[in-house]
Amino acid sequence: MQQGAVLEMRGICKYFPGVKALQNVDFTLRTGEIHALMGENGAGKSTLIKVLTGVYPKDGGEIHIGGVDGAAVIRSPQDAQNAGISTVYQEITLCPNLSVAENMYIGRTRGMGTNWKKMNQGAEKILRSLGIPARAQQQLGSCSIAVQQMVAIARAVDMECKVLILDEPTSSLDEQEVQKLFGLMRDLKAKGVGIIFVTHFLEQVYEVCDRITVLRDGQLVGEYVIEDLPRVQLVSKMLGKELDDMADIKSEVGGAGVSREGAPVLEARELCSSAGIKPFDFEIRRGEVNGFTGLLGSGRSECVRAIFGADHVTGGSVRVNGRDVKIHKPLDAMKQGIGYLPEDRKGDGIVGDLSVRENIILALQVMKGFFRPFSRAQAVAFADEYIKLLEIKTASADTPIKSLSGGNQQKCILARWLLTDPKYLILDEPTRGIDIGTKIEIQKLVLKLAAAGKSVTFISSEIDEMLRTCSRLIVMRDRKAVGELTGEDLTQAKIMATIAGGDEA
Amino acid sequence: MSTPVKDPKTQVKRPDESLFKRLTRHQMFIPLAALTLLVLFNLIADPSFFAVSLKENSLGNPVLSGNLISVLDNASELVILAIGMTLVTASSGGQDISVGATMAIAGSVILRMVCGGQITADTLHMPLILAVLIGVLATMLCGAFNGALVAYFKIQPMVATLIMYTAGRSIAAWINNNELPIMNDLTFKYAGTFLPGIPVPTPIFITIFVIVVFWLVLKFTNLGLYTQSVGINPNSSRLNGINPQAIKLLTYVILGVCVAVAGFIRVSRSGSINYSRIAENIEMDAILAVALGGNALSGGKFNIYGSIVGAYVIQFLTTTLYKYEVPSTALPAYKAVVVILLVVLSAPVVREKLSQVKKAPAKTAKEVS
Repeated sequence: MQQGAVLEMRGICKYFPGVKALQNVDFTLRTGEIHALMGENGAGKSTLIKVLTGVYPKDGGEIHIGGVDGAAVIRSPQDAQNAGISTVYQEITLCPNLSVAENMYIGRTRGMGTNWKKMNQGAEKILRSLGIPARAQQQLGSCSIAVQQMVAIARAVDMECKVLILDEPTSSLDEQEVQKLFGLMRDLKAKGVGIIFVTHFLEQVYEVCDRITVLRDGQLVGEYVIEDLPRVQLVSKMLGKELDDMADIKSEVGGAGVSREGAPVLEARELCSSAGIKPFDFEIRRGEVNGFTGLLGSGRSECVRAIFGADHVTGGSVRVNGRDVKIHKPLDAMKQGIGYLPEDRKGDGIVGDLSVRENIILALQVMKGFFRPFSRAQAVAFADEYIKLLEIKTASADTPIKSLSGGNQQKCILARWLLTDPKYLILDEPTRGIDIGTKIEIQKLVLKLAAAGKSVTFISSEIDEMLRTCSRLIVMRDRKAVGELTGEDLTQAKIMATIAGGDEA
Repeated sequence: MSTPVKDPKTQVKRPDESLFKRLTRHQMFIPLAALTLLVLFNLIADPSFFAVSLKENSLGNPVLSGNLISVLDNASELVILAIGMTLVTASSGGQDISVGATMAIAGSVILRMVCGGQITADTLHMPLILAVLIGVLATMLCGAFNGALVAYFKIQPMVATLIMYTAGRSIAAWINNNELPIMNDLTFKYAGTFLPGIPVPTPIFITIFVIVVFWLVLKFTNLGLYTQSVGINPNSSRLNGINPQAIKLLTYVILGVCVAVAGFIRVSRSGSINYSRIAENIEMDAILAVALGGNALSGGKFNIYGSIVGAYVIQFLTTTLYKYEVPSTALPAYKAVVVILLVVLSAPVVREKLSQVKKAPAKTAKEVS
């Protein structure tokens, strides 16, 4: 075991039917460091974490834990916890119907009884020390997702772990909360905890991490000290090829997204919905890409949901191609040639147990009608065409979609809507939680669609992406559209100022 | 310490997997294996179980008789109910426990119609087909009631259908003013016994007809896709233009139709009805058939043929136990043992373990090292 290492994994192998998920992967975590685990979707990050935490049995290799002689035996998450390894997963894995304190102590009480008073006091103390805005006796489900995430971390921290694994903890947090989390991570680092940080956000890696381990296709690419690995190189290491500069995407497809000519495809006036957004006006033209921006919870998703009829529309009027239409439910919008890729891929997008093929044809099938199912041959043809076109990585079209990686699931949902040949496509956070290669592919696809005369609304938390693709941005604040930026105004600084409510207000 | 010898190639390629393993993973494996075991047991214990002979029934007509015919005949109601129950389970992730009670309603309505309100009738007071259609309508209403509670009021299926489960038999009795009507017209009994000149029990034909109808419906509509989609993820389904509530309601109404057909067969067997005993506990057998067929009771993906085989397995088991003169009071206990075995064997955890049996030596060697 290396000097100062708190965790060493040597020659880890893991096979699944059809994939070599991990091949001879080494990983070393030192005391008091924040170590980023990077790689595209399907590179093996999650598998490595799951092997380490005992969720999957490993097919080869050894794990050594600092202070323990010999190879550690980790057969279950409980073993991992006892060995001082705590994990916070991307999706909240707590019980929303229990209180915050109960969630923090569940499965950890020894003996029969529970000292409720002590438990609540202990929880209150930790929450306060970490600056988490929740009360110990509050029901967890009544907290925001971000706070729930913080509680999960607080639970892990309180278990006095040696190794803390954070699997994409920031994907549902806003900037302020991320900073709070980073502060927390730095405190823990100072206390000597080794932190494994899995994320897709490059900026965040360079902000807090000391070292980076890069995986690709289940193999170790290398371990690097952060100063020695500039951003561009990290990306090219993850992709396994030199990066075609992301900034060039727009020029590559001929700056299609800038067009503002052509007739309006959709005009909404004073639209509002049961989700509590203030009435807003909206219009999009043929071949235009625009976007909604704003902080988390500012109402950008609610706006597009109102356009698609996903929430109950309570007022306003919509014109499609100059004709008044009523959109009460998603099917109405679909019949007008509108497609909608929802923000919550797992909850609203995929139909997990159904096959890739069924997921791809679903929307078109529904539009075709209940009594007119596609023949099997036709469904196969559709699915195969789009699997090839979007380079969806799947064992076969019969594979359940839930077993695909996030990026490939997202491509299936995209395929679903492209198959309906929409005139207007709404993409709400299509790039969240997916690897950088797919992110670029999706952005290119958006611009290509616009060049082909489609209209697209593109929403992303990463302002870079929006700047790269959109020609017009609607800025949301407190569930209200507060500004619209085009042309020269489309700069990071200007957007920030508008979001913050500076000169525009 | 030696690393286990593992050729990754055999690990990664699915077609290389043994035929045995692929078979055991198939959804139909457990129900078909159970059926095969029952057949084998009977073949070895007493091959005469399968003897089918031509005998004269009480009317002097030659009809087929034997245990096998009895299984196929008596399973009819259960098979038809299991089909509807599969759809309800898939769409709503819950079961309708009121099917026995609503079968009583269907039977009561049909008897009231054909008897014209009299206690005993020797001729049909209404064309039989019309009476059956009214019975179908009655149970469709019951289904719609259950479905509306589940789909629109978001009540758990077990709780929602508990209402009809409790009230159904009373409603059935009330329909006939608590009288027990008896229908003596022979044509009424055709559906539950034999058609003149045909030696095969009519319920077998009705069951085949129902199976074919569902096969056609699943082939020529999107019922299967919509039902599974709604059961797996109602949010996604809605955003793809499906109306999840309507689909749930629809499956309960379809189950209502199945219930009426099953109820008609049941009253047609005897020409009379006993409100508290008719189709007693059949809901549990129907749910069990769905589970035996390898369908998740939490909804989502389904295989209707699994449930059908599951229903025949249950009836086969019952008939086998009767043959060995197990007293009817002890029957449930015997049944329970077999059911526990089957259900445990079909549990994913156990199947996973079973499929690993062959690899076991290599595994333990590695873990020791």
